[in-house]
Amino acid sequence: MGTTNPDLVELRDLKVAFDGVQVLHGIDLTVARGEALGLVGESGCGKSVTWLAALGLLPGKAAVTGSIRVDGRQLCGAERSDLEEVRGGRIAMIFQDPSSSLNPVLRIGRQIVEALQIHRGLRGQAARTEALRLLDMVGIPDAPRRFDLYPHEFSGGQCQRLMIAMALAGEPDLLVADEPTTALDATIQAQILDLLNALRAETGMALVFISHDLGAVSQVCERVCVMYAGRIVEEGSVAQLFSQPRHPYTRGLFDAIPRIDGPRDRLIPIPGTVPNPKHLPAGCSFSPRCPYAVDACGSTYPSLEFQGDGRRLACMRPVPAVTTSGEAKRRIHEGLMA
Amino acid sequence: MIRFVLVRLLRAVITILAVVTFAFVVLRMSGDPAQVMLGPDVPQDAVDAFRRAWGLDQPLWIQYLAYLKSIFTGDFGVSMRDKASALQLVLERVPATLQLTLPALILKLMIGIPAGVYAALHRQSFADRGVITLAIIGFTVPSFVMGLVLVLIFSVILGVLPSGGQDTWVHGVLPTITMSIGGIGILARFSRSAMIEVLGQPYIRTASAKGLKWRDVIWSHALPNAAVPIVTIVGFMVGSLIAGAVVVESIFSWPGIGRLLIVSVSNRDLAVVQCILLIIAAAMVMSNLVVDLLYGWLDPRLRSHAAH
Amino acid sequence: MTALLEAEELVRIYEVRRGIFGRPSPVRAVDGISLAVMPGETLGIVGESGSGKSTLGRMLLGLDLAQAGEVRFAGSPMPRNGTAEWRAMRAKMQLVYQDPLAALDRRLTIAAQIGEPLQIHRLVPRQYQADRVAELMEAVGLRSDQAGRFPHELSGGQRQRAVIARALASRPKLLVCDEPVSALDVSIQAQVVNMLRDLQERNGIGMVFISHDLKVVRNIADRVAVMYLGRIVEEASSDVVFRSPQHPYTKALVSSVPVPGKPLEGRMILQGEPPNPADRPSGCAFHPRCPVAQDICRTSSPALRRIGDGRTAACHAVAGETASIETMRRMA
Ligand SMILES: Nc1ncnc2c1ncn2[C@@H]1O[C@H](COP(=O)(O)OP(=O)(O)OP(=O)(O)O)[C@@H](O)[C@H]1O
Ligand SMILES: Nc1ncnc2c1ncn2[C@@H]1O[C@H](COP(=O)(O)OP(=O)(O)OP(=O)(O)O)[C@@H](O)[C@H]1O
Ligand SMILES: [Mg+2]
Ligand SMILES: [Mg+2]
Repeated sequence: MGTTNPDLVELRDLKVAFDGVQVLHGIDLTVARGEALGLVGESGCGKSVTWLAALGLLPGKAAVTGSIRVDGRQLCGAERSDLEEVRGGRIAMIFQDPSSSLNPVLRIGRQIVEALQIHRGLRGQAARTEALRLLDMVGIPDAPRRFDLYPHEFSGGQCQRLMIAMALAGEPDLLVADEPTTALDATIQAQILDLLNALRAETGMALVFISHDLGAVSQVCERVCVMYAGRIVEEGSVAQLFSQPRHPYTRGLFDAIPRIDGPRDRLIPIPGTVPNPKHLPAGCSFSPRCPYAVDACGSTYPSLEFQGDGRRLACMRPVPAVTTSGEAKRRIHEGLMA
Repeated sequence: MIRFVLVRLLRAVITILAVVTFAFVVLRMSGDPAQVMLGPDVPQDAVDAFRRAWGLDQPLWIQYLAYLKSIFTGDFGVSMRDKASALQLVLERVPATLQLTLPALILKLMIGIPAGVYAALHRQSFADRGVITLAIIGFTVPSFVMGLVLVLIFSVILGVLPSGGQDTWVHGVLPTITMSIGGIGILARFSRSAMIEVLGQPYIRTASAKGLKWRDVIWSHALPNAAVPIVTIVGFMVGSLIAGAVVVESIFSWPGIGRLLIVSVSNRDLAVVQCILLIIAAAMVMSNLVVDLLYGWLDPRLRSHAAH
Repeated sequence: MTALLEAEELVRIYEVRRGIFGRPSPVRAVDGISLAVMPGETLGIVGESGSGKSTLGRMLLGLDLAQAGEVRFAGSPMPRNGTAEWRAMRAKMQLVYQDPLAALDRRLTIAAQIGEPLQIHRLVPRQYQADRVAELMEAVGLRSDQAGRFPHELSGGQRQRAVIARALASRPKLLVCDEPVSALDVSIQAQVVNMLRDLQERNGIGMVFISHDLKVVRNIADRVAVMYLGRIVEEASSDVVFRSPQHPYTKALVSSVPVPGKPLEGRMILQGEPPNPADRPSGCAFHPRCPVAQDICRTSSPALRRIGDGRTAACHAVAGETASIETMRRMA
């Protein structure tokens, strides 16, 4: 093991259950060095839990099984000290709720400096200078004066950028960004996405980008992974997935995106609701909501298989490739006209 | 900031005034000092003379105004029994009371908080359940029962500690322990729940995700947040340093303020009782004020509220 | 028809200080904003992060006090914070907040929290309360088995739906939504947006919809106000704003919207630092980053004025000229 393995993180059959209710049903996922992977999927499908589990950050009642390897080292069931070595330095994570994820009673400067101390041994003035550089980089105006303020004195988007600065402080090999731009306006979002791209080009940092914003995903990621009800249902390159979604669920996600041009019609959500993890439907979990479903879909779960074109897909009745292509091309073409 | 303190001070004065008034009225309505002081069989003119001497023949509101006037000039009256300055009588007893309550407070802090925090960090463990059980026993068993049980064990059965008096420091051991047990229980329970609440917060996860050692997560991220609710309780305990020993002092016949209060109440020694209540109220109110200021220091979110 | 909600020249200044005794420096988070919302209308508010949108939202509900200016609800001024009239009025106007985790009480189940307004304002007889909670949960797409869950046991999107359900419990006339769908995935987002649109059509709820997602704002809002550094810089019907943005900041904003599957090529990149609200640039606050800034922009602050199409804009450069986004791109 080890040196020959190009993969930074390798999740094998990762399962998580809360109080006996399984919410992840065996995730197989690898992140290569320097790669940018997008993770999309309906709310509650387990995107955050996957990475919280990988870093050992779930509460004690969560039962985690499977294999989590970082650089070949097994982290599932590892000692706390092993996990602490990985967190922040190898893998840093930006959380979803920025304003409650910052400690309310500590000055933000101190919270960033802390990370610089642990991972880069910076102290005193050097740490302060570096922290200011990071704040500047993520676009916090007037950083020197705001260094000593508390989180509640920042807006939601500013808190999110503080989280990003904090995560970048450890110069991680992999940054897991859980909805890093949802609280940001379009220009700053674009700026942060540029920043992530530049950092990746400069330092070779890998990125896992969890987001509902398929637009943002397509700006930074090379590969996309679509999750549904605790499983990966489709995975492929951005170009593949965005031009030809094959899984009916992926297709439904694209259809639900509001448009920046054209008529302001009612949006098209995927019918039905996400299944209760306690009572998953038999067979494919998406089948009750799927317009393409046949009887067989309700009895056996389709496994995630490599397709001819390099993507992985878990579906017995995928969206036909040819017609989608024409349809998707038309929609994307219209998108270009914005 | 200064305005904030001034407003709070004004409120404190009003609170103290309310307590004093209440005590004044209740004391005068609930028994006749002349009867108590002179005994049941004295002639009526002796009683009248006594009343006149102490101003008790005046209407209540005139007595009250006179009393207010005198406390504002720093005159807390004279004890009917000892004919000595009430304030002096009370202040003489303060050191004795503090001899018990200060060590008891230190015990509460040094045992209660760490026990609660430890229990929170090891939830569902044997130690956690032990702490909860002991804490519940600690604050549900009244201190007079606790005191008697301790006396029974350590003085009567084992004979290792004295059961009353104030001669050496050894005499202080049992009362101090008796007094601290309830507080230890309360603080342990409180620290535990405050800590559990904080440990479930997203920012603790953020701190862990940064790669901080678990110890540092606890010390620099969890404890400062948990301190806010704990400080409330500690503030209350500090405020009751003077008042908190009434029961225990009587059990162990410890000559502190508590004993003085009980004796003075049963004697209807008005000036002394009022003086004690005033001091107790002042201590409570002051500690409350300090707690409020501490809040702002501990939690910056409250600071900006206070400023508005 | 009288406006449901009117705000006039609202100002909110935060005193930011370092340490308890530090010298305060004023941050003009909201700097003279006027707006109106008609019954059944949705006003979208977009703008730079930190431009004061959330502060404005809180002020509209009387949750944050204005240093100057006035808010009127259905023609009458907002009662004083904390009075009985204020509470009665608060039942008619609800806030849906950016961060659902912070808006919910960790110690109560979501059903209890959704039912709370029903109890507080005594809206529904006790025996029907459970039914109403179930109805609300269904309306926002929560499953009945989730009623007994605590907020931290739900995913981000599920939490936000609980918050929306709670806000709808008192059948409000006005909803101020601060980033209500940014935590939701596109499908639920579509559901929630449709749901809000339906509620509005059915009950004539007026809505202030604060969001960074321009695509969503365009879909739901009738009118859109664009904020920059505490002020409104452009306001028009949502079709007009997105089809032909006039203010250079709006242009940058609209051109930065990522479209799935397509790299942002023609994006107008803003030069310079994001603004510092404590140290507002002289003249037009946008001039240090503006690609078409002229001398006048550095010295005089442009007023918000009508420029046709039912649009108002505050920019010296858009007097009569209608620079399209294409020409802006060529210039950048
Ligand atoms: N601490 C917890 N206890 C019990 N269940 C939990 C806990 N945390 C998450 N879950 C459940 O696990 C499932 C996956 O949650 P997760 O937060 O990973 O969703 P997500 O894909 O990140 O959704 P979103 O996009 O809304 O953030 C959800 O059904 C959620 O209710
Ligand atoms: N309590 C506070 N004390 C001091 N400054 C504050 C406070 N709350 C907000 N601010 C400042 O006021 C400005 C406006 O904040 P606000 O939260 O209204 O922005 P916003 O437009 O909602 O931003 P976002 O889109 O990022 O949520 C920001 O510069 C922020 O730093
Ligand atoms: Mg999530
Ligand atoms: Mg905001």
